[in-house]
Amino acid sequence: MSMTDGPTPMQTAAAEQAAEDREASSKAAGRSDLRERGKRKPGYFSDRWHALSRQQQWAFLVIVVVLAYLLPLINPPIITTEPGNNFALACFDMARFALIAVGLNVVVGYAGLLDLGYVAFFAVGSYVAAMLTSPDSPYLHIPYLWTLPLAMAVTMFFGVMLGVPTLRLRGDYLAIVTLGFGEIIRILATIIPAMKGQVGFQNVGHPPGTEADGTPIFSNSNGVPWYWLTLTIIIIVTLLVGNLERSRVGRAWIAIREDEDAAEIMGVPTFKYKVWAFAIGAAIGGLSGALFAGQVGFVNNQKFDVTTSILFLAAVVLGGAGNKVGAILGGALVSYIPLRFTAIAEYKYLIFGIALVLIMIFRSQGLLPARQRLLAYGRTALNKVTNRAAMEPKDTDKPPAGTDSRAAGERGAEA
Amino acid sequence: MLPSLVPLLPTENDWITFDVPSLAENFWSATFDGLTFGAIYALVALGYTLVYGVLNLINFAHSEVFIVGCYAVFFTLSGLGFGPSVPRLDIWAIILNLLLALVLAMVASAVTAFLLERIAYKPLRKRNAPRLVFLITAIGASFTIQYLIYLWRGPSPELALTMFRPTPIFDVFGTIIDSQQLVIIIAAVIMMVGIDRFISKSRTGRGIRAVAQDPDTATLMGVNKERIIITTFVIGGLLAGAAALFYVMKIPSGVQYSGGFVLGIKAFAAAVLGGIGNVRGALLGGLLLGLIGNYGQILLGNSQWTDVVAFVVLVLVLLLRPEGILGTSLGRSKA
Repeated sequence: MSMTDGPTPMQTAAAEQAAEDREASSKAAGRSDLRERGKRKPGYFSDRWHALSRQQQWAFLVIVVVLAYLLPLINPPIITTEPGNNFALACFDMARFALIAVGLNVVVGYAGLLDLGYVAFFAVGSYVAAMLTSPDSPYLHIPYLWTLPLAMAVTMFFGVMLGVPTLRLRGDYLAIVTLGFGEIIRILATIIPAMKGQVGFQNVGHPPGTEADGTPIFSNSNGVPWYWLTLTIIIIVTLLVGNLERSRVGRAWIAIREDEDAAEIMGVPTFKYKVWAFAIGAAIGGLSGALFAGQVGFVNNQKFDVTTSILFLAAVVLGGAGNKVGAILGGALVSYIPLRFTAIAEYKYLIFGIALVLIMIFRSQGLLPARQRLLAYGRTALNKVTNRAAMEPKDTDKPPAGTDSRAAGERGAEA
Repeated sequence: MLPSLVPLLPTENDWITFDVPSLAENFWSATFDGLTFGAIYALVALGYTLVYGVLNLINFAHSEVFIVGCYAVFFTLSGLGFGPSVPRLDIWAIILNLLLALVLAMVASAVTAFLLERIAYKPLRKRNAPRLVFLITAIGASFTIQYLIYLWRGPSPELALTMFRPTPIFDVFGTIIDSQQLVIIIAAVIMMVGIDRFISKSRTGRGIRAVAQDPDTATLMGVNKERIIITTFVIGGLLAGAAALFYVMKIPSGVQYSGGFVLGIKAFAAAVLGGIGNVRGALLGGLLLGLIGNYGQILLGNSQWTDVVAFVVLVLVLLLRPEGILGTSLGRSKA
């Protein structure tokens, strides 16, 4: 593997994009001219990334992960959100948004279903954690960590309940039903006495463990342990979701996203996989809700308005729907920007609303575009295909066949 | 293990209670009030239905088109000297003022709908974007308008205006129907019938139906698709503006930046209930949803249950009969 990787980095660049291949090879030869360099194509970073060897990728990832863990301790001067917002708590908030974005990305990015009420799943997760750990609740009490899987199970159930009637139909119904559901959960929390409306539940549980002086490690004011916990969960969830993405399930999702009718005709049980995507997305939303409830320690009906759902959607769309790294980045950014630049925090909804429209009009693939092809085959197949592509003549100005057929496919899908 | 599960079960009616006697007692007043709300839902639902019929797009920003109309009504009437107390004007002056507010609200909503179509949707249609992109743009546009209003007017609702004192008109089954309810229901039904005639008889209406049926063939047959799409948005806007006047009349304290949002979901539920894409379906669905919502609210004992009931109706319709009561048939051939 590494033998073939090493000497031919330029050839592993996406085979379909001959123009970029030329750019890459000219760079490798040290002849990069400014004009070529100036225009970075959408797949630029992804191509550079896939040009690295496996070992280099791992080394890079380890550094990134270690830096991510150390982030609240280093508290880097320009990046920090202080004064104004505690940086460790800001880190937790970013991680929470990133986790939500990873979950929503499964629904919106992979399966192409528009979920506008994601906050509802988040709310359900929060209430599960609160009602089963807070002393304000008369019900059964269980240790906090057990509420995390339970919250996932309950939200998954809600996801299936909501998904089964709507997912048989075209995607737009799901959008409005989820939008309604997002609002309904908030109303139910207000008007059902058992959910305690604005009074809410205080002293929601937290993971066990105390410092030397007896104060709990996972306190509400200390963001660092919560951030580490969430980051660990993000890594696990991302790995799991990444495996799903490369499996039969992921291929089915992407087929559904690209053209549901064609997928159905090709034998993909679209309904089943849509419900799966929706339920998995919901479960991740519930998980992040339970984490949020634990960190804040207080849950009431004021935290879950539908506008927050749109922020979540903006996170996925901004990062690049269908790309899990993009989703993490987008989630972190959507949380980070208002915390860092407190002057514009008041306008954040407006800013992200406008951003949604502008991104859709001008760059619908987001910051990090999804790799749509070769996803399923892994690295070996990628090399095989790209090596074959490297032998083909590349110095034509005509757009290469891959892009062409893809564009044709898209046209066909909408016709 | 089993005893420890007992506390999980709801105790002492903590979750949901049904108040049947209260519903039986207030049945007729709930009916007439429900029809009034239903007429308003129906007018807004038409905007969803028409755009959905022609473009197959849920125009999420339609709720904002509606709320812009509400603000137009509010500013016109407060500019004309209306306030929280009953105005001291004779009946004709009030009617003239309300007509002026109606026209301005319709214009404001129609202009919003027009701009929305030009700025947000047209660039997407030009490059033939996937449906998901349309939907995300729609929700983004809705969000943007909502927060522009928020930044302009703040979070609290506007001052409640009283247009006229509702006077009892006649008595049905011991329940008094007042002038306000009568005005709203009659005006809304007249508009509905007008729109229905317009869609089925006029040249433009035929164009709308043709584009809904098959945009490409319609274009080949000489229908100007772009103009039809704009007309559809503008008609939806006009009706939303009219609904705005009735809404402010019925719920004076409802003029708020987020006021359109929930009403939009209910109106959409009404459109789906009647059969989305179907003009008469919007009327039927709106009236039915108004009734169901009102009964549910009284049965469950809190006005906020209306929204929950409407939502449950939407989900049930999608589960049992997704094509709605009258079926989806703006283009007549769409099954």
